[in-house]
Amino acid sequence: METLSNLAMGFSTALTFYTLILAIIGCFVGTIIGALPGLGPSNGVALLIPISFSMGLDAISALVLLTSVYYGAMYGGRISSILLNIPGDEPAMMTTLDGYPMARQGKAAEALVVSGVASFVGALLATIGLMIFAPYLARVAYQFGPAEYFALYMLAFCTLGGIGSSNQAKAAMAAAIGLGIAMIGLDKTTGMPRFTFGELHLMDGVDFLVAIVGLFAVAEVFFFIESHGKDSAIGVKLGKILVPWKMLRQTTGAMLRGTGIGFVAGVLPGAGASLGSFLAYMGEKSIAKDKSTFGKGNPKGVAAPEAGNNAAAGGALVPMLTLGVPGSGTTAVLLALLLTLNITPGPLLFAERPEVVWSLIASLLVANVVLLLMNVPMVKIFVKILSVPAWVLLPGVTMIAFVGIYSLTGSSFDMLMMVGFGVLGYVMRKLNIPTVPVILGILLGNAMEDNLRRAMVLSNGDFWYLLSSPIAVGLWIAAILGFVAPIFLRRLLKKPPVPTHDPSLNED
Amino acid sequence: MIKGDRIFGAFMLVVALGYILSARGIETSFMSDPVGPRVFPYMVAGVVILCSLVMILRPDPDEEWPAGPMLLQLGIALVALAAYAEAITPLGFLIPTAVVSGILSWQIGGNPGRSVVAGLGLAVGLFVLFRVILGLGLRGLPAGWGF
Repeated sequence: METLSNLAMGFSTALTFYTLILAIIGCFVGTIIGALPGLGPSNGVALLIPISFSMGLDAISALVLLTSVYYGAMYGGRISSILLNIPGDEPAMMTTLDGYPMARQGKAAEALVVSGVASFVGALLATIGLMIFAPYLARVAYQFGPAEYFALYMLAFCTLGGIGSSNQAKAAMAAAIGLGIAMIGLDKTTGMPRFTFGELHLMDGVDFLVAIVGLFAVAEVFFFIESHGKDSAIGVKLGKILVPWKMLRQTTGAMLRGTGIGFVAGVLPGAGASLGSFLAYMGEKSIAKDKSTFGKGNPKGVAAPEAGNNAAAGGALVPMLTLGVPGSGTTAVLLALLLTLNITPGPLLFAERPEVVWSLIASLLVANVVLLLMNVPMVKIFVKILSVPAWVLLPGVTMIAFVGIYSLTGSSFDMLMMVGFGVLGYVMRKLNIPTVPVILGILLGNAMEDNLRRAMVLSNGDFWYLLSSPIAVGLWIAAILGFVAPIFLRRLLKKPPVPTHDPSLNED
Repeated sequence: MIKGDRIFGAFMLVVALGYILSARGIETSFMSDPVGPRVFPYMVAGVVILCSLVMILRPDPDEEWPAGPMLLQLGIALVALAAYAEAITPLGFLIPTAVVSGILSWQIGGNPGRSVVAGLGLAVGLFVLFRVILGLGLRGLPAGWGF
């Protein structure tokens, strides 16, 4: 009952005219961002944070706008997967496996409708799951002390690195680079500067927005220059959009199963949407009677991963809102948004600022309906936008990145640092080092150190205190398993190859 | 046989050692805690050193790295972006944006004519978007030229 009254309060904010307009704009922009190759939910949201901040939106409006963009980008990713065989973002990769073959068989419209509805089912059910589980987890989180939080951060780094990368050393390296960067600036406890080398600009530390925009958006430019903007031509013609009711009925089971798998994958810290869509696809394939048609245009192979990826996007919000630990790259960016808005996620958020949480949840529900309406009848508009050539798109994105940072900080130093992060992102991706742990490290580094030091104050410097509660021990065991297990599982869970050419992947 | 992983690992090894050296110089104040401000940086540097050693000893197969002309292209892009960061404050938004987005457009698309159009169009279009529609405080032209 309490949930319903809270939800009613949320809707009273989300259904005002102004907020509704913001949600619609966010959904529209998000779908475009998701659909464009080379722009995914992470860098889309990252680009828009500084801009919405400089526009002076209040916390709830900014949150509604950017979470609509986030959900929109999750929907949009499927469009280029199906039509171009280029995933607009990494979670949409599995959709290419059956979506592109369907489009080649002249069933592009059907594939778009099925995947749109699957996205809706996945995201809607996941948002309902968020409503049910988040308050519960928030109550559990009250029992977390500094030792438990420290273990939780370890878990996030270990699982994110362990599952998301093919080389544990590289994932750990990325996380450590991020943590190392987070140390720059004034030490909170003693007030002494660390690693600033006398540079005044570094006293406040490295702004995580600078790092995010650099690593995600600026690095992309270098990749496009190297590839000369290949892979950006439209290949498939789209006929009239009709709703294929029969196909929707056939794929209902696949959508529901995909949603369940995706939601669980999303709730696990570090796993995220890519894993959700991957597991949903593999799960659906393994129980299907017609296994051999997967990869050749089976609509279930479109419905399951698409439901899984959107459900995971919703599920990833559960640990992000209740514990302040993001479940994926994109939620890491959303965490950056919350911190920019001075909202500290965690159990206290639910108790002290319920209006923020519930208007966010209500606007997610609204955004879903808007996105379904936008993505099924109006999908042609987005297909047109896909034909924007890379030589206009990428310079434009770069300039937006610069303007965002410039209007936020007004300093050349920060923009130079952003370019530096762009180079770092390029080199790291060339070396197959994941970039998301760097972001996570910068975001969580200070909180992680703070919790370690507070734990040591409580225990007078006894390191065994970190393992003093059953919750902490459980988290440490999960962290170690999450880091080590993928080494053995990797042989079993090989990603199936994308139908033809290698796309410019965008890490999530 | 040169491997990217080995170079990066060696580089990070040096960075981590420098990091430790720099961390040794962090001053503590009278109101410190049992751990102090140096321990966590030491732990981070330790992880980096360990990972660097793994990368040096067991490198993954190399990716294809850009060579010769492409490296020059990437260098040009880097210089252009860095110059943009320095130029936007004194010169305003329009001129640097037109020039730099033109350069990037030419590097991606390879057609000079189209790139000029793209650069000019992006400069004007984005200026209208940011200044007029979104109301951000951007100066269009160099200081003293109006706008």
